[in-house]
Amino acid sequence: MIKKFIFLEWKAFIRSASFGKNLAMKILLGFLMIYFSLIFVGMGVGAFYILKKMNLEPLYTVNRFMIYYFLLDLLVRLMLQSIPVLNIKPLLVLPFKKPTIVHFSLGKTALSFFNWIHALFFVPFSIVLIIEGYDIIGIIFWNLAMISFTYINNFLNIILSNIDKLFVGFLVFIVALGTAHYYQIFDITIFTAPFFQGLYEIPGLFLLAVLVLTGLYIFSFRFFKNNLYLDAGLSVKEDIAQTENFSWLNQFGTVGTFLKNDIKLIKRNKRSKTTIFMSFLFLFYGLLFFSGGIEAYDKPVMHLLAGIFVSGGFLFVFGQFVPSWDSSYYQLMMTQNIPYRGYIMAKWWMIVIATVVSTILASFYLYFGWQIYLTIVVAAIYNIGVNSHLVLLGGAFTKTPIDLTNAGGAFGDKKAFNVTAMLLTLPKMLLPLLLYGIGIYFENKNLGLLLVAGTGILGFIFKDKVFTLIEKRYKIEKYSTISAYKQKN
Amino acid sequence: MIQVNQLSKKYNDTTVLNINNLEIPKGQSFGLVGNNGAGKTTFFSLLLDLIQPSTGNIKTNDIQVNTSENWKSFTGSFLDESFLIGYLTPEEYFYFIGDLRHQNKADIDALLAKHEEFFNGEILKNKKYLRDLSKGNQKKVGIIATLIGNPEVVILDEPFANLDPTTVSRLKKIIKELAEDPNVTVLVSSHDLQHTVEVCDRIVALNKGEIVKDIQTSKETLQELESFFAV
Repeated sequence: MIKKFIFLEWKAFIRSASFGKNLAMKILLGFLMIYFSLIFVGMGVGAFYILKKMNLEPLYTVNRFMIYYFLLDLLVRLMLQSIPVLNIKPLLVLPFKKPTIVHFSLGKTALSFFNWIHALFFVPFSIVLIIEGYDIIGIIFWNLAMISFTYINNFLNIILSNIDKLFVGFLVFIVALGTAHYYQIFDITIFTAPFFQGLYEIPGLFLLAVLVLTGLYIFSFRFFKNNLYLDAGLSVKEDIAQTENFSWLNQFGTVGTFLKNDIKLIKRNKRSKTTIFMSFLFLFYGLLFFSGGIEAYDKPVMHLLAGIFVSGGFLFVFGQFVPSWDSSYYQLMMTQNIPYRGYIMAKWWMIVIATVVSTILASFYLYFGWQIYLTIVVAAIYNIGVNSHLVLLGGAFTKTPIDLTNAGGAFGDKKAFNVTAMLLTLPKMLLPLLLYGIGIYFENKNLGLLLVAGTGILGFIFKDKVFTLIEKRYKIEKYSTISAYKQKN
Repeated sequence: MIQVNQLSKKYNDTTVLNINNLEIPKGQSFGLVGNNGAGKTTFFSLLLDLIQPSTGNIKTNDIQVNTSENWKSFTGSFLDESFLIGYLTPEEYFYFIGDLRHQNKADIDALLAKHEEFFNGEILKNKKYLRDLSKGNQKKVGIIATLIGNPEVVILDEPFANLDPTTVSRLKKIIKELAEDPNVTVLVSSHDLQHTVEVCDRIVALNKGEIVKDIQTSKETLQELESFFAV
């Protein structure tokens, strides 16, 4: 029976849409995978020596922050790791035993990327520890405990994923813990560090983790088995709908009509809500650059790059997928009495409003001095004047249908990589850096900023011309876009 | 109203539609019948400029559909659920389409009130998004939305499928009413010969992309079609 399941999974894997046909994309994906794997392995190997160099006891330090590691892991899982429920439906009426179906579905989640990525850190780290003379048995036990915790998170995610508000509450909890720790009000690691350390020092303590894991597995198994009905665990949750009019947007004509629709789109779909959250995170990306925490980042040119990300988070995570957000009803759009220009213009306004809001929110960077904030404002001008057009133009080539109800894939849909779209990302980053670089070359930061802002304003002035061009492109790509959007998954 | 000239659609080497000449006069109610894969949806997609013809063209009201977009202002269509916006409530959807067709809220409310019976209390004020409605109810929304803005051409692909018997008879009433209006051309496709014969003045049968029958509806039409499709 299991053999049949594996056969189905294999077919699902090689025929999935994200597996794609494009060789270039596959290579790129491969590189990304290797890149992230290398980072984790590098962290695993390097952590020991770096911590040692900082005169910290490596294992103890790692154990100290382990609580945050696992909490963050759970948070990431809640946001991104999806539970394969839908594939179960067609199996229910076939002669499979229910326990087998549940065991298999649960077992399948165990193979998820979100689990084995951790092994890439823990295993090299442990090997280094053993080489450096730590107790082999202790380390193996410690490792078993860590693997157990990873899987505990895995099953916690399965059980908790049905609760909607949990994610936000959890996020607040972690931020509160971190803040309290930072300002030395309350340090949770005082309580947790000895426990994690104990997993290494006290033989047999790791059994506790294994026990919890086993209990959790049995619980999830029962939970799923009892809910293996179409109207229980397998039902898709229906939201209570509320009609909203946003009639104040009527004054903006066609653009207002589309804006209304876009606001609803963002509010009511999981995938787009994640987008908003992501663009909020982008707001804080600049801290890495401006706080001087990382030496290589603390350069003027890098500051401009940070400014582009800080003010353009929404532009990158939402704008990049226009018009795919409307993919599920694109045929409707194409048969309605819609001027293409109005449609694109509405998206443009969304991006502009979001960029302005981000820039205002980013005013807390004034803490690092007005020059820093000025850089962000200049980057915002460039984003509005040039990048907003570029993402919309790139959209004409992005033919990846978006499944709005699915939260996964928000970190750049794998299929959305295509050569044209990739090429269009280059001027988004490189051109402003280059312009700014010219200013730096003449040892005048303000000249650089002026050049970047000037280009942005130029783009803004020629907006109508650019829109005509974009409109034309969309019309040319119309038929292939329609047919691409029809191929769901 | 609608003229088809030398129209064909090929995918690789397979011809899925080949219509030399077809003319649908204004005010006619036109039924398209045929088996799966006969080319019904392909024809409608071509008519709506959703796919490109391999040869030939379609003109509605003397506007060639794949070169000008002006036909959109007088054409209402519903092909399948991909014409619905899942995250809107039915009311929002109607108002959205209304906005695009330059109708104000009162116009839409009047239209919805007129078709209250058709909705059978399952559509409006139900606190549900379109994505959570049943297939049949989704169809009801899509069909009524095509009527917004009094279009001169109404295109419905398989409107009778997935509907309950009561709704089918109500839908026939709506289509007949449209057909009586000399300004409205209705195009309906269906597998169901009887329903189509009941609501259409003229029936065209497609088989493997070719027109195999073109008849004005009379008492004998149903029998003629049934014997044609019975193998």
